[in-house]
Amino acid sequence: MNPTINMAAAPVATPVFFYGLAAAAIISGLLVITRRNAVHSALALIVTLLSVAGLYLMLYAPFVAGVQIIVYAGGIMVLFLFVIMLVNIERASKERQFNRMWPVGLAASCALLALFLGAFAKGKALLPDRMIPIAEGSNTQEIATQLYGEVLGNGQYRLGQYTFAFEIASLLLLVAILGAVIMTKKKI
Amino acid sequence: MVPITTLHYLVVAAALFVLGTIGVLTRRNVVIVLMSIELILNAVNLNLVAFSRMWGNLHGQIFAIFIVVDAAAEAAVGLGILIAFFRNRETTNVDEIDLLKW
Repeated sequence: MNPTINMAAAPVATPVFFYGLAAAAIISGLLVITRRNAVHSALALIVTLLSVAGLYLMLYAPFVAGVQIIVYAGGIMVLFLFVIMLVNIERASKERQFNRMWPVGLAASCALLALFLGAFAKGKALLPDRMIPIAEGSNTQEIATQLYGEVLGNGQYRLGQYTFAFEIASLLLLVAILGAVIMTKKKI
Repeated sequence: MVPITTLHYLVVAAALFVLGTIGVLTRRNVVIVLMSIELILNAVNLNLVAFSRMWGNLHGQIFAIFIVVDAAAEAAVGLGILIAFFRNRETTNVDEIDLLKW
C-alpha cells in the first residue's frame, strides 16, 4: 500500500505550486467570510475558485478544472454579482455584519476543524505516503465516455456508466431554470 | 521537502469547509451566506478529486462535475428566492427573515 517513486526525479516545483495555490485558496476563503462589502466577498470567492481549479490541475483533473472555471467562476459568480447589484447592498454594508451568536458559531466550527484534524491523524496510515505516477491518457475522452457512452466499431452504441445521471442532471437544470424564472416574476 | 500527498489536499479541503461553515453560521447578509455554501461545496469537490487521484480512477472527478452542476442549479434558485424576498422586505439580513418565528 506504499507505492514508491524515485524522489530524485520528482519535480521540484510541485510543492511551490501546491503551497501557493493552497495559501491563495485559504486566504481568499477568509476574505469571503469577513468582508463588509458583498462585492469584495464575491471577488475573493472568484480567487478561491480559480485557486481550487489550479489544485485540480495538479491532481491530473483537467476536465474538472475547466468545468470549474467555466461554470463556477464564469457562470455562478457572474450570477451572484448580478444579484448583488440588483439587491441594494449599499445600505447593508453599513449595518452590523456578524449576527449575535457569532461566538457560538465560531466555537462549533473550531470543534468541527478539530474533528477533521483528529480524523486525519488517526487515519493517516490508510493513505499512501507517495502519489503513484499517472499514465498520460486523454482525461476528457474518458470522462466523456463515462457520461455519454461510446460508439463501438460495428455501428453499435454503448451507454456509459453515468449516462443516466447525466440526463437527470440536465433535467435538474431545467427545473432550476423554471424555478428561478417563476420565483422572480412579479405576478405568477 | 516532504512530497505532496493526498493528506495535504484533504487538509486544504477541511480548512475551506470550516471557513464556509463559519460564514454560514455567523454572517447576517444572505448573499454572503450563499457564497459560504459555495465554499463548502468546493471543499467537498477538492476532497473528491483528491481521492480520485489517489485511487487512480475517474469516479471522483465525475461526481465532482455533477456537484458543480448541482451547485449552479442551487445558486440560481437560492438567488431567485433572495430577490423575491428582497422585493417584499427591502432587507438582506438573515435575522429579519422571521415570518415563521413564534
